[in-house]
Parts: sequence; structure tokens; C-alpha cells
Amino acid sequence: MGFPFWIVAALTIAGGMAAILLRNLVHCALALTIAFAGLALLFLQLDAQFAGFVQILVYVGAVAILVVFAILLTRGAETPKTEGVFSKTWAAGLVIAAAVFAVLAWAVLQSLPGLPHETGTATASVQQIGAALMGRYVLPLEIVASLLTAALIGAVIVALHEKKEEAK
Amino acid sequence: MIEKADQIFILLRNWIVGFLPAGWQTAAGVVLGVIGIIAVFPALFAISVLLERKGLGRMQNRLGPNRVGPFGILQPIADAIKSLTKEDVVPLNADRIVHFLAPVYLVVVAFMGFAVLPIGRNMVLVDIDASLLFYFAMGASTEVSIFMAGWSSRNKYSLLGAMRAVAQMISYEVPLLMSSVVIVMATGSLSLVKIVETQNQYTWGLPHWNIFTPWGLAGFVMYAIAGTAETNRSPFDLPEGESELVAGYFTEYSGFKFALFFLGEYLGMLSISGLGTTLFLGGWSAPLAALNWVPSWIWFFSKVMLSIVVFIWVRGTLPRLRQDQLMNFAWKFVIPMTLLNLFVAALWRFMGEGWLRWVVCSSLLILVYVVAGRTGMRRKNFGPRSYRYAE
Amino acid sequence: MLGEGILKGLSETAKNFAGSFVSKERLTTVEYPEERAPLPEATRVFPFLVYDGSDWQAGMRCVACQICEKECPPKCIYIEKSKDKKPDYVGKMQIYPARFEIDVSVCMSCQICVEVCPFEAIKMDSEFELSTDDRFGGLLHDRKRLAKSNEYYHSIHPTEAAEVDARLAEEKAKVEAKAKAAAEAAAAKATASAKAAEVAPAANAASKPAGGAEESKA
Repeated sequence: MGFPFWIVAALTIAGGMAAILLRNLVHCALALTIAFAGLALLFLQLDAQFAGFVQILVYVGAVAILVVFAILLTRGAETPKTEGVFSKTWAAGLVIAAAVFAVLAWAVLQSLPGLPHETGTATASVQQIGAALMGRYVLPLEIVASLLTAALIGAVIVALHEKKEEAK
Repeated sequence: MIEKADQIFILLRNWIVGFLPAGWQTAAGVVLGVIGIIAVFPALFAISVLLERKGLGRMQNRLGPNRVGPFGILQPIADAIKSLTKEDVVPLNADRIVHFLAPVYLVVVAFMGFAVLPIGRNMVLVDIDASLLFYFAMGASTEVSIFMAGWSSRNKYSLLGAMRAVAQMISYEVPLLMSSVVIVMATGSLSLVKIVETQNQYTWGLPHWNIFTPWGLAGFVMYAIAGTAETNRSPFDLPEGESELVAGYFTEYSGFKFALFFLGEYLGMLSISGLGTTLFLGGWSAPLAALNWVPSWIWFFSKVMLSIVVFIWVRGTLPRLRQDQLMNFAWKFVIPMTLLNLFVAALWRFMGEGWLRWVVCSSLLILVYVVAGRTGMRRKNFGPRSYRYAE
Repeated sequence: MLGEGILKGLSETAKNFAGSFVSKERLTTVEYPEERAPLPEATRVFPFLVYDGSDWQAGMRCVACQICEKECPPKCIYIEKSKDKKPDYVGKMQIYPARFEIDVSVCMSCQICVEVCPFEAIKMDSEFELSTDDRFGGLLHDRKRLAKSNEYYHSIHPTEAAEVDARLAEEKAKVEAKAKAAAEAAAAKATASAKAAEVAPAANAASKPAGGAEESKA
């Protein structure tokens, strides 16, 4: 929990806050990218190299772009926020956020065998992750794969729906 | 003596670092390595720019620039002075912060990719276990900077160019990664240092470079295609084509920021060549066992410059691909071939040594290539034109 | 097979690259200020006035007939006739242009002035490096600048100049033949009249001037 951790944590939280508070929607998406990068640095600090680099590769490299595409293609970027950035139902939002935080904190604390100070050596090398994915966790892997395939095919079908109406 | 020449940069670094107190030594060593990279690769960039202009000129039956020094070799200096002294025009409506940060981010991310390339024996800046993954993570981040550049200019043509560039880069990430996964499968490690060391063995004087295997050759060709598309280089340079969208996503950039984009693009080219050399061409290992007396970093740089020459050669030869043609090519031809390559590499590994695996793997690859080439890339017979109206 | 065309293209480009160091046809660049590309013979840029011999004023073929001034489409020629006359290439006295100016910034190189000139006096030049920084008169060429010798005309358009020279020589020969015939006829008439005057006994004074005229004619 040294000095680098506090810097990276501050960066992540700043990115997250900026993603909520900024006016321009594309700026919010870019701030979210900073938050993703901060998360990746946190993973790297915990010596989880695979998770950290894949976080950058997938989130910063692809998901951020996806978010931006979604913003641009759905005309969310054109209407500037004339009202304040805080919505009218902020009380309900606060309650839901607190509930989600409580559930996540319970799940994390339950799964740790000890306190986070006992870091020890990195026990999840890429080889072990690969072996686990193909061995113990192969069923979730296949389910995720079929989910992704379904999503891809669904996206293609949604994009092609106009063609079905043409007489062949 | 030979080893001294080979390790000369390491020895130099150790000597300089020896002057500092013990606590500062590792940090100083890393800083010196970073300074080395920042000095060498922009110099290579200047050489590549010069090679490109002269080489393209000769290929197009004309001389390249030849006024600035003898045979024009000081032209990059003239270009640098020009780009530093041009007025920096930012459009009135542009998003100033994002407009400023886009080239900076591109150059930063491009430089980070060099940190894991093994430039010579023991000469890698950072030796990570998952260095290939780190490299691809940095490569994927360049797309964000292109999008930032196109968006912040508030110019719909820049935005269009940026969208096309990002779509192209995302589509070609998949073949890039998959052709590298084959190497990882064969070597058993994600670490680039280990990949080069595995290729450094020699049988009968010939090296074990990955390109000399059937799956390695196919993988190299697909890696080259995907790498050309990743760095927006001709024939995949529709997003930045000068005759297409003015200059695409960097239309609104002038002066030094444009030079930074240019630098970022060429650094990306050098970086992809460096990774291709490491994965397929044996990194810093010599082509014949007898040539081991030449320092390893000379081999690395020669191979990288050879790849740059091939890039320039291809640029001078091929016309630009249209957006739908390049997307078609990626999704319908290159990705299935990379999947097949994975299968062939697996066959190779599990068939054991001998001539049989060469014959089986090569014939499988060639057969599917010819068949897929004939069917998948066949000219489509268009029926009566159909219209799709926007909703 | 897919990729064959690419390989053929790559070999062609490589041939271009390698060939550009050795053969001229693979490197067609002419490095302009130091070398110039050879111009074809029929190059035409702006008009010039031809003069025969070495004195540009005495040998100038232009007789200020003003046909080119009238026919020029953008009206870039300005001619002022002289008050006196000078002999032309056959010896006949003709007027000459006191001022002959062409504004080359207006001239459109249509060559109509050349086509209509009956005296082969104006021809097309091939010099194109005429830029100047004098924006008020630099591109208004006067007759001294426009006058160039017939040898120069031979050097830029050899076949045309040879043809023109042949035609002019023919005309000159015809005129000279006519003059000679006229002179011979006049000489014959004078001899006849002298002979007639001789038989008259009292015209002693007449024979002396006739003899003197005969001697002067011989």
C-alpha cells in the first residue's frame, strides 16, 4: 500500500468522477478510459500481469472505442446538457449505489482467506491461467464463447434487417 | 572481443551507472535504457522517412529529394525545421485539450511498445513474463488516440476518417493477435526474450527461425498484412489517404502536432516490424551459425530496416483498398486462414519430428489458401442494384 | 491464384527501382534548372520578328502592314508605322514599324499572326523563361527585344526556316529575273534608240550623250 497505490487510486477515482460530472459526453467516455487504465495499473501493482494487460487490451483498446461509437451513433453527443449534471432522482440512485457497494464488499471480503497485507508471490502466472481455463473452468469458457457468438450473430442480424424486406 | 562488441551498450550502461550510489543504480539503468530508445528510434524514423521518399521516387521513375545534402540525406533535418516553424492552427470550435492530447498520447503509446522488444542479447528494457500481451495492449491503445484526433477537430470528414481508421484497426487486431498466438503455442511462453532464445538454435548451420516452418510462413504473411493495416499504411491507408479525405483524421493538424502524428505512425511501423522480426525472423539471431561474430543488435536493426524496405516497396506497388474491400478481406479471408494456421501449428506440434509433418502441414495450408482464394475473393456478380434507405 | 498479381507488381516496381540507377528510360526526371528537357521542333511560345543579315533595323522583314494586329484574337500587338521607307530583301522600298509591341501576358500563342503574315516576318519563338519581377512593363516586349536573326530562326525551327528561306529566295530570284529582263529590254531599247540616233547626221551632240549613256550602261 505504498505511494504508487495512492496515486493510481486517485487517478482512477478522478477518472470515474469526471466520467459522471463532465458536460460533454465524449469527454466522459475519455475520462472513463482513464479510469480503465487506472484499474489496469492496480492489477499490475498486485502482480496480476495477465489481468492488467488484458484489461488494457480489451477495455482501453476495444470497450472504450465501443462506448464512443455508441455515443456517436445514437446522437447522444449532439444535445449538450442544459440542465445540471445531477438527475432529479438522485436519492434513489444513492440508495441503489450503496446497496451494490455493500453486496460487492461482502463478496470480496468473504472470498479473501486473510487480510490484503499478505500479498506473497504472484500465484497466477499465464500458464496457470491457461491450464485453469482449459481444465477446471472449461465449461464457463464455452458458455461465454457461445454467448459472444450469439451476440455477434445478433448484431449482424440487427444490422441486416433491412435486407430481408428486399425481394431477392 | 566479439562479445564486447555484442554487449557494448550493456557495458556502457553499467559503466555509467557505476558512478552513482548503489540505491540509485537500477533506476538510473532504466533511465539510460529509456534514453537509448528515445535516441535510437527517432533516428531510425528519420532514416525511414528518407528511404521512403527516395525509394518511392526511384520506384516511380523519378528522383527523390536530392537538393538538401549530398543525395538529399539531410532532408529529414529540413523537414524537422519546417514542421517546428509552421504556425500551429487549431480550429475555432475544436476541443483544445483533446486536440492537444491526441498526438501526445499516440507518441507515448508508440514508444511504450519498444520497451519489451529484445534488441540484442540481454538487451531488453523490461523483461516481463507476458511481454507479448503488453505489446498488444499498447498497440490497441493507439486507436483511442486516433479517435481523439478525429473527434476533437470538429470536422465531419476527420471524424469519418477516424471512424474508418478505428474500424480497420479493430478488424485487423484479430488476425494480428491470432498469428502471434501460433508463435506462443510453438514456443510455450508469452515472453519475447524466450521466443527469441528458442529461435536462436541452429541445425546444419540454418537457424530455427519461425518463418522457416509452414505455419510460420503463413503466420508471417498474415502478420505482415495485419501489421500494414494496423499502422494505416498503404495499401490500407484509406483513412489517411491524401487523395481521399484530405488527410483523414489529422486534417486539422499543422506544424509540430502533425509531425508528432507522422512520428507516431512511423514509430508504429518500426514497432510492428520489430515485433515481426522478434516473432518470426529470429530477433537478434544471425541467419547462419557462422555469422555469429556480428553483434546481435546489428542483426536486429538490419532485419527491422529490411521490413521497412518491404513496407515501402509494397506502398509503391499496390493501389489503395476501399473500405469495404479491406473489411471483407479481413473478416472473410484472413481470419479463417489464421484459425486454420492455429490448427496446422497444433498438428505440427503433435505430429513429432520428421518429414511427414512438413508435407502434411504445407499441403493443408496451400490447399486451403488456393481454394479460399478462388471462392472467397471471387468477384461478386451483382444483381440489380438494391437500395437501403436510412431510417 | 490469389496474390499472383501482387507478386508481379512487386517485381515490376523492383525493376523500376533497380533500373533507375542504370538506364535513362527508367528515370525520366530532368533536373530542371541545371538541365533542360529537349523541346520538340514545333514548340511555340510567343512571337518574334525575323531579320535578315546582321543589322536588325535594316534587315527586318516586317513592313507594318498591320494584318497581324487586326487578326490577333486578344489584340496583344501594337504597331505604329514609320514615316520613311527602307529597302526590303528584294530592294523595294517599304515602310517599317516604328513601334511594334507584343504584350506576352495577353498573347495566347495561337499562332494566327504567323499564319496571316504575308512577308514571313513574324514567327513563333520557343523561349519560355520570360518571368520578370517588373510588373508594369516587364512583359511588354518592344521591337528591339522581339527582333531576332534568321540564324536564330534556323536554330530553333530548322525545317520551317529552311522552307521559308527557299520560298523567299525563289521570290527574290523571280523579282531579280524580272528586273534583269526589264533591264535587258530597256538596254535593248536604248541600244535601238542610240542606233537610230546615230544615222541622223546632224545629231552630233545627241550621239555623244547616247554614247555616254551607252558607256554608262555597259
